[in-house]
Amino acid sequence: MFDTNELVINMGPQHPSTHGVLRVVLRLDGERVIEAKVVIGYLHRGIEKLCEHRDWGQIVLITDRMDYVAAASNNLGYCETVEKLMSLEVPPRAQYIRTILAELQRIASHCLWLGTHAMDIGAMTVFLYAFRERELILDLFEEYCGARLTYNAMRIGGLPLDIPPRWDAKVRAFCDILDTKVDEYEELLTHNRIWLERTRGVGVIGAAEAIAIGLSGPALRGSAVPRDIRKDEPYAAYADFAFDVPIGDAGDTYDRYLVRIEEFRQSTRIIRQALDGLPEGPILGKVPRLIKPPAGETYHAIESPKGELGYFIVSDGKSNVPYRFRVRPPSFCNLQALPRLVKGHLVADVVALIGSIDIVLGEVDR
Amino acid sequence: MVETYLVPLLKIAVLLNAVLVAVTYMVLLERKVIAWVQVRLGPMRVGPYGVLQPIADALKLMLKEDITPARADRFVFTLAPIVSMVPALIAFAVIPFDDEVTLFGYKLSLVVADVNVGLLYVVATTSISVYGIILAGYASNSKFPLLAGLRASAQLISYEVAVTMMLVSIVVTAGTLSMVGIVKAQLDAHLWFVFIQPVAFVILFIGGLAETNRAPFDLPEAEQELTGGFHTEYSGMRFALFFLAEYANMIVVSAVATTLFFGGWLRPFPNVAPLAFLDLVPGWIWFLMKTFVFLYIFIWIRATLPRYRYDQLMRLGWKVLIPLAIANLVVSGILKVLL
Repeated sequence: MFDTNELVINMGPQHPSTHGVLRVVLRLDGERVIEAKVVIGYLHRGIEKLCEHRDWGQIVLITDRMDYVAAASNNLGYCETVEKLMSLEVPPRAQYIRTILAELQRIASHCLWLGTHAMDIGAMTVFLYAFRERELILDLFEEYCGARLTYNAMRIGGLPLDIPPRWDAKVRAFCDILDTKVDEYEELLTHNRIWLERTRGVGVIGAAEAIAIGLSGPALRGSAVPRDIRKDEPYAAYADFAFDVPIGDAGDTYDRYLVRIEEFRQSTRIIRQALDGLPEGPILGKVPRLIKPPAGETYHAIESPKGELGYFIVSDGKSNVPYRFRVRPPSFCNLQALPRLVKGHLVADVVALIGSIDIVLGEVDR
Repeated sequence: MVETYLVPLLKIAVLLNAVLVAVTYMVLLERKVIAWVQVRLGPMRVGPYGVLQPIADALKLMLKEDITPARADRFVFTLAPIVSMVPALIAFAVIPFDDEVTLFGYKLSLVVADVNVGLLYVVATTSISVYGIILAGYASNSKFPLLAGLRASAQLISYEVAVTMMLVSIVVTAGTLSMVGIVKAQLDAHLWFVFIQPVAFVILFIGGLAETNRAPFDLPEAEQELTGGFHTEYSGMRFALFFLAEYANMIVVSAVATTLFFGGWLRPFPNVAPLAFLDLVPGWIWFLMKTFVFLYIFIWIRATLPRYRYDQLMRLGWKVLIPLAIANLVVSGILKVLL
């Protein structure tokens, strides 16, 4: 009786809610999504290949450009991988400062996620509130290393700079501010009826399936898998600190939201402990003048704000560039889940789910 | 001659201009209030504190290239913004701003037309507005506007019923359809109708948000989902007309809510003699102040709440508001007969 047509629409690469240049081809029945196809590659810059032509020290700066909202985490992952390859000892003070930087970075990245995620669902004020706090972190980073987005903040074997005087007091003050502001975000969203209706039961993914798809980070923990590399395979100075790994239970958008909100609080907890126990000493280990790791390969992963950020590096031991450089970006692997998550949901949920898996296209495409 | 033609024409001219200016300044007010909520300053560059911003915006929009997409239905594409704008403006005709005032020794009622079916007229005109959106969605011949048009029609059906039912409740209480009559009925009842019909007010307000496509029901133009929705393909003055229509509709809904539930031009406690000094403020000022409060709430809601999803909005309309509206109407009818 009725002639039903499927509608194919192109979301992106120029669309306000695809967080960059993601393109999603949606097959719709009315507003219901039958199939979603993710098309990536619009921001591909050949970073992996590029890194095979830069010497080891220069690569730190290129890693900044992958997940550009969490540049310090990328630096940390790369530096630790090379240190592992070379069996370098990093002085404890450097480890602590690295941890502080990585956690500040996690907060900044989560601020950006929260703002854009809420904006996608229509709560535009949270966006500006979250950016206000992110701004404070950028100021802290600026004071530490002079840059606000791509920090180039770490060196193989340690850090290029010690923290400036009174910087630790400012970080502490920021942690106090953030704790009250997180309550403010929660007041606007957590118990908001519309927010609950928009996020509960949307994009549910079970623990087994989440693992099979390769989700990591908050997206995986939202599905009740207590996997956090900071806890399971401690790197930097994480082994010294007490912190909880928040997990969800239903594996829906709301749980992923709650997990990240709780991570704000855990991050400030870690930062405070790190500032309290900050050891004295050098900030750069005994690093040879010419960095040339012995022949071999290694994989090392850290818990970036978005999930498991792994580096696989092969050195041939002869040249001063990596023989093979490969990144396991959390955004790319998490994005795999999108077609599965949006199936059967409405167009409005697609943007909510893109926000909920927290991707950065610079990292997806590299 | 003067009585029948000149005075109404003058009234219309003044009202139209006043409404258009109010609408453009509503845009500025919204930007300012939302900016303050979001710890920003809002427009500050054009004129002191940005007060000339609406003029700059209007100029910009007029000078913009007016694009009609190649495969659009040209006639309907041009018609849609007009269909959206005109009903929003003519709805003001029956809204009483004040009782009769004496101006230069001439008695003047501050309403363009006190028709005896004023409320029905408001319902009729405001529901036409949404056709503009549906037509725009269809005529653009583009996918995102089409989805927006579908959403708009679903939204209209879901909310129109409940809102109209609530207006009937008011008619039952007041015993008249005339807008002026309803205000006078509140004077006679010694009570604003919001205290007699609180449920009706809540439903009307929610319905009003939905009918004017305001947050949290701004689905047809959900920027994050539909990249602007029905006005994606519009530019220049035609886009401006949609924009103005939305704000004009907000003012209409606020003015109607003020008239029906908050005593229109009446001062607070109109029958309490010790408060007579409040009469020093003219009635139309009271009216505007009350309307302004509603407009502020509209903006406040937009700054605070996330957006409903299309199916949730329908559920709220059909499963909550309409049954509640019917119950309210039946109860008011029974009480009216009994008391």
